[in-house]
Amino acid sequence: MASTPRAQAMTGAEAVRRALQGGSTDWRSVVFQTLLVLLLVLTLGILAWLLAVVFVNGIPVLAERGTDFLTSPLASRPQLAGVGQAIVGSLYLMVFVALISFPLGIGAAVYLEEYARDSWFTRLINTIVRNLAGVPSIVYGLLGLAVFVVALADFTGGRSLMSGGLTMAILVLPIVIITSAEALRAVPGSIREAAFGVGATRWEVVRSHVLPYAAPGILTGTILSMARAFGETAPLILVGAVVGGFNVQYDSVVGTLQGRYTALPTAVYDWARKPPTYSGNVYAAIVVLIVVLLLVNALAIYLRNRFERRW
Amino acid sequence: MTASEHPPARISIRDLRGSPARRRRELAVRALFLSAASVSILVSGLIILSLVGQAWSFISQVDLVLLVERGWFPRRDLYGIQTIVAGTLMVAGIGMVVAAPLGLGAAIYLSEYASGRVRRTVKPILEILAGIPSVVLGYFALQIISPTVVDTVCPGATEGSNLMAAGIGVGILITPLIASVAEDAMYAVPRSLREASYGLGARKRTTSLRIVFPAAISGIVAALILGMSRGIGETMVVSIAAGATGGSLFTLNPCEPGQTMTAAMTALATGSDQVRGATLAFPSLFFVGLLLFAFTLGLNLIADRFVRRVRIAY
Repeated sequence: MASTPRAQAMTGAEAVRRALQGGSTDWRSVVFQTLLVLLLVLTLGILAWLLAVVFVNGIPVLAERGTDFLTSPLASRPQLAGVGQAIVGSLYLMVFVALISFPLGIGAAVYLEEYARDSWFTRLINTIVRNLAGVPSIVYGLLGLAVFVVALADFTGGRSLMSGGLTMAILVLPIVIITSAEALRAVPGSIREAAFGVGATRWEVVRSHVLPYAAPGILTGTILSMARAFGETAPLILVGAVVGGFNVQYDSVVGTLQGRYTALPTAVYDWARKPPTYSGNVYAAIVVLIVVLLLVNALAIYLRNRFERRW
Repeated sequence: MTASEHPPARISIRDLRGSPARRRRELAVRALFLSAASVSILVSGLIILSLVGQAWSFISQVDLVLLVERGWFPRRDLYGIQTIVAGTLMVAGIGMVVAAPLGLGAAIYLSEYASGRVRRTVKPILEILAGIPSVVLGYFALQIISPTVVDTVCPGATEGSNLMAAGIGVGILITPLIASVAEDAMYAVPRSLREASYGLGARKRTTSLRIVFPAAISGIVAALILGMSRGIGETMVVSIAAGATGGSLFTLNPCEPGQTMTAAMTALATGSDQVRGATLAFPSLFFVGLLLFAFTLGLNLIADRFVRRVRIAY
């Protein structure tokens, strides 16, 4: 009984829609929308398939080998080979990235956004930075090969951890600059004007007003650039990350920096080209790689959403 | 009265400048930031110098006939450049065939059809997936795509690695990138354009395809060009999945193993302590690198132009 007027209202709305649509369902629109949904589902589906394959094949190996896989060095037998050296190498590379490209990148961004006037020099730097970000990573590998491995061999020790770290730092520099500059640009001018108004110098404005407000954005950008460096393989192959196996005891800091190294994605690449007996190792190493990357990326997105500020 | 007897000291610009120490600190900080910014110029200078220097030493020493040999075997002094250029274009082309419809379809859906909640969930997922390292996709292409997809497209031709598998892998890699950039462009189209279209009685499909899509076309083209440029510069997928690690004969058949410019470089550098082989193999790396650099720089500059058009429009 009570549902009758409601049903009538529904049919009323239905009738209006019918009339507006010319009396028939627009099948082409239905097909179009279905197609779009299919394309989106396919995109996500392929990537889900990829993750599923990796985890289904990788988790059992990790479960069987346990922490042994995470601590073992590279070895010539797949049952013994692990990613211990690779993880240590990747962590060292991250330290280089953090120590070199963060200060340089954030400094450059502060100059471009806060200090530079609109001159030919500023525009030149802006153009260069934008285009450096689009240069394929392997070209950075060539740069590292020519400059750090060959030209500065006495200082870096040739195909060494230092060469790899410096190359990686240069690779992510444009990304750090661009993301930091965006974060600085998002800080409204009124904040700066208020500080200038009470007599602050430019550096005081930047240090105690602009940078604190831009910090979450800058942090997100730097985390994402770390993730990028963590997954990057191609340049490391050119600047001499070890493939195969190596066994060196480092005796000093300099020895470590000038010594051989390998990284997690390089180990994946090396094993991927070996006979199928290595496929368990490859999948397990990929699981480690992807879990780290997903966590880091999720952290960056969480930070962005947590501290996002609307002015 | 008293004011005229003791006129107030006039405030000069000097009084407002603050202490000399403070000014010196300002200048020092400024110089510090300027030098940080100048590093990017230094880096690009180094890239160009190192590429051009070695590439020149290659060109001036190599017998130019060797550059048009029908194969790329640098360790045997055969440098058929067209082999790896064709391989590169094939891989990037197949990648675009895969990625363009998927990426644009996903972008239109997310921007025009999806509810706010779906969009807010799916967009970050796509961004995270865009961060999957390329080695992973290379192995996926080699192990999974090659025996399943490629085997049905060109039956009998596969023994694991081939250009098609690498191309599809590259396509999957650049799909999230294209989707994300194109979606940004379409989402930025002002709501008023859509409302005007609806007001004229247009359907959602018509509005999406005839109003929003053309209005965002610069951004969409930029997304496609960026994807292409990523595909051309992509290294690891091709190194793992395209085969032909030692060198390759000229081929236009995507079902065969082949080599791209990027894979040629890693193949030369992998597994040896030095870049071994013929003495010209080392500088040939840089020649290929310079070519690749020029390709991608050109594409990126074009994409940049398109993006700037979008910014001016609204």
